[in-house]
Amino acid sequence: MHAEITQIVNETPSTQTFFFDLYLGHVPGQYVMVWIRGVDEIPMSLSYSNAITVQKVGDATAALFKLGKGDSFGIRGPFGNGFSLEGKSILLIAGGVGAAPLGSLAEKAKGNNIRVKTILGAKSAEELLFKKRFDNAGDLMIATEDGSLGYPGLATELVDELDLAKYDAIYSCGPEKMMFRVLNIAEGFDVLSRVQFSLQRYVKCGLGLCGMCCIDPSGLRVCRDGPVFRGDQLVGTEFGQYTRDASGKRVKL
Amino acid sequence: MDLTTNVTGLQLRNPTILAAGILGSTASSLKRVMSSGAGAVVTKSIGVALREGHPGPVMIQTEHGFLNAIGLANPSYHEFTHELKEAKGEVPVIVSIFGRNAEEFKEVALGLIGAGPDAFELNLSCPHAEGYGASLGEDPNEVEKITRAVKEAVNVPVWVKLPPLTSIVKSGLAAQKGGADAVVAINTLPAMAIDIESRFPVLGNISGGLSGAAIKPVALKCVYDLYAALNIDIIGVGGVSSWRDALEFILAGASAIEIGSAVYEDMDVFRHISEGIARYLQDTGCDLEDVQGAAVR
Repeated sequence: MHAEITQIVNETPSTQTFFFDLYLGHVPGQYVMVWIRGVDEIPMSLSYSNAITVQKVGDATAALFKLGKGDSFGIRGPFGNGFSLEGKSILLIAGGVGAAPLGSLAEKAKGNNIRVKTILGAKSAEELLFKKRFDNAGDLMIATEDGSLGYPGLATELVDELDLAKYDAIYSCGPEKMMFRVLNIAEGFDVLSRVQFSLQRYVKCGLGLCGMCCIDPSGLRVCRDGPVFRGDQLVGTEFGQYTRDASGKRVKL
Repeated sequence: MDLTTNVTGLQLRNPTILAAGILGSTASSLKRVMSSGAGAVVTKSIGVALREGHPGPVMIQTEHGFLNAIGLANPSYHEFTHELKEAKGEVPVIVSIFGRNAEEFKEVALGLIGAGPDAFELNLSCPHAEGYGASLGEDPNEVEKITRAVKEAVNVPVWVKLPPLTSIVKSGLAAQKGGADAVVAINTLPAMAIDIESRFPVLGNISGGLSGAAIKPVALKCVYDLYAALNIDIIGVGGVSSWRDALEFILAGASAIEIGSAVYEDMDVFRHISEGIARYLQDTGCDLEDVQGAAVR
């Protein structure tokens, strides 16, 4: 599909939202393969049904950041399984650009009259993504590593203070080290099956065929069986330990 | 119904094999395929050095099948030895290997032999990596030389995967002369797609290989011709997605069939195809040996 950029919003110093002229019927947590022609194709979570929110990290995202309104990219998807919205009271734990798919989930939950509490973490106040979206959807707790806003420290330190058993469902997206800590906390409360994590792996084909994004030892494919998995699917796996690079070689986290 | 098949001395519980390049990069994905009923699995192609492969898109779905140009991404044989050791399990693991010449093929085979591969499949047919694959498989002298080099270096069966050409029988005969235990036919067909909005070729590598239902009739003809000309096992691959497809290949002379793209629709395709073959044999009162090559006239 051909997506023309209709608007670009500077969200934080390192992230931009690219709105495009297609509305993709999606479940929050699903992703698209974004083709920056002549450069590469990369998996990106949908942050709205007509937008992706991107952090500049490599060649492809750098090329994307050079595009303007009226420019275009190719798009395939939406792919994978998104978050399953459950219960009456939920907790979102977002770190950095991991807030991208959760912003869309928060709004959907609010629309369904679900009570939403969000813990949003970032390196600094200006790097907090979608603060207003989470604030509008319910309770918001903020953590910044440099202490410039909210709790000075990691988002997971705020999670430590909560009684996770009080929530019907918990959703997390962010750096894997952060999510691994959430997994451990959830294990302590015996609520692993209530937590849904959105995983990031080197997704190459997006079709479930190349096998590059499979998780050890289950062989579950992040691109097709995920990217959202429940905590009980991730205990005892490579999650939090290592990932793989473009060649398939293991890289310690 | 017993579907046990002997292919180049390997005992397969049924004649369905995971094709190279599909879900074959890690031990865990190979094991998942084993548990979905495959009689054997072939790994992703492994070479001498780490390769990240081509820029994306590396694979797309088209109306008639899939186009791919992964570009032989692999972590090198040094790294892959760990995966191979872990992958060893309920069914034979055949390691697909590639190289630029006989020496590289031999180096990879010797590098992996300690990890216990049940056989090697020589990738002489990948259509989208210059200097590798099909550019070697199209030259019968190279096919013979590379096959012989690997065959003399290792004591496990050596299968040679051939590119789909009008001269596939010549390459097949060359593999047989070089000592191959089996030939595998076919790999993907050279192909491409163009995005009409941007006027860019869609694959990052510009062109790639076509797989899926569209190539089945081409593959079937190759297997048929090879069976008539060769004395070694033929393994059929190309567009097999149902037990009826699989039987066509067996009737054309294939000892076993590899399955790739069909995994997209059905992870349990191996089990479903085996069950279909078993029903057919029961209904017709035959065993596998009776039907193998029965259509060759």
